[in-house]
Amino acid sequence: MSFFTMCMLAAGFGMAIGAFGTGIGQGLAVKSAVEGVSRNPGASGKILTTMMIGLAMIESLAIYVLVVCLIILFANPYKDIAVKLAETVVAK
Amino acid sequence: MVHPILFLQFFRELLAPLHIAPASADAIAYTWLIIVILLLVSVIATKTIKAVPTGMQNFMEVVIGGIENMIVETMGEHGRPFFPLVATLAIFILISNLIGLIPGFFPPTANINTTAACAIVVFVMTHVVGIKEHGAGYIKHFLGPIVWLAPMMFFIEVIGHLSRVISLTLRLFGNMNGHELVLMIFFGLAPFLVPLPMMLMGVLVSFIQAFVFMLLAMIYIQGSLEHAH
Repeated sequence: MSFFTMCMLAAGFGMAIGAFGTGIGQGLAVKSAVEGVSRNPGASGKILTTMMIGLAMIESLAIYVLVVCLIILFANPYKDIAVKLAETVVAK
Repeated sequence: MVHPILFLQFFRELLAPLHIAPASADAIAYTWLIIVILLLVSVIATKTIKAVPTGMQNFMEVVIGGIENMIVETMGEHGRPFFPLVATLAIFILISNLIGLIPGFFPPTANINTTAACAIVVFVMTHVVGIKEHGAGYIKHFLGPIVWLAPMMFFIEVIGHLSRVISLTLRLFGNMNGHELVLMIFFGLAPFLVPLPMMLMGVLVSFIQAFVFMLLAMIYIQGSLEHAH
């Protein structure tokens, strides 16, 4: 299959798998935070602050995946080589 | 992907002789704009300082008091000298993030150079503080608790420290740039009312990312100040 098709597939599947793991991780964090607030509503301020920090940390893993996918799509280092190879094939 | 329509777009031609790409010229132009805005706000807030504050002075006192409370809470009393650095980073990143929600404005933190600059400042500050506080004994921070594991622990700690810079940069850049990309795509697909939920999430994400950057900067500097394990 062509180089650029594989790039699209890689970016799409990569981001999907990254979002999958992040969703589960953040869901567990929010679950524990909500349980904590339900047991002790007076501590809800601190619990929510800690939950926000934890969510931002977990989210950054999905952001790393996003940055790699953006590099694959928009700043691909092998793009020039692929275009040159395609030109040699077409020239025949 | 270059942002389509911006108010300060003419800076792209102004800065082109310096061989600066259009995306970076946008970030530079809007960083200057934010500098001017923050200077104006500071001048207005401190023009006539009163003992019982009103207006802009009141609002800035709330902001600065909140950041000071958070610093004393996280770093203890010996964290006070770092208040200017942490507060400047927090306010600059917050305003940079929020300015991206106004149509026609581009958030400078959506460019990896701005976020890398902020992260490198925090990284250098961490090590300068560590060396000033502990002198040559700062190397003990990198050696870990067990003596004979020290060579391996050194590499692991160095990689951990380098990964702090990368994670700070990429977290802020990825959030802001991802948000901008999503908004651009939505404006291309369905410009009527559909980008609004994304902009609401953008407000939330802006505040959270600025808060997390400030918190991480405080935690890293605190980790350098305290004694090694």
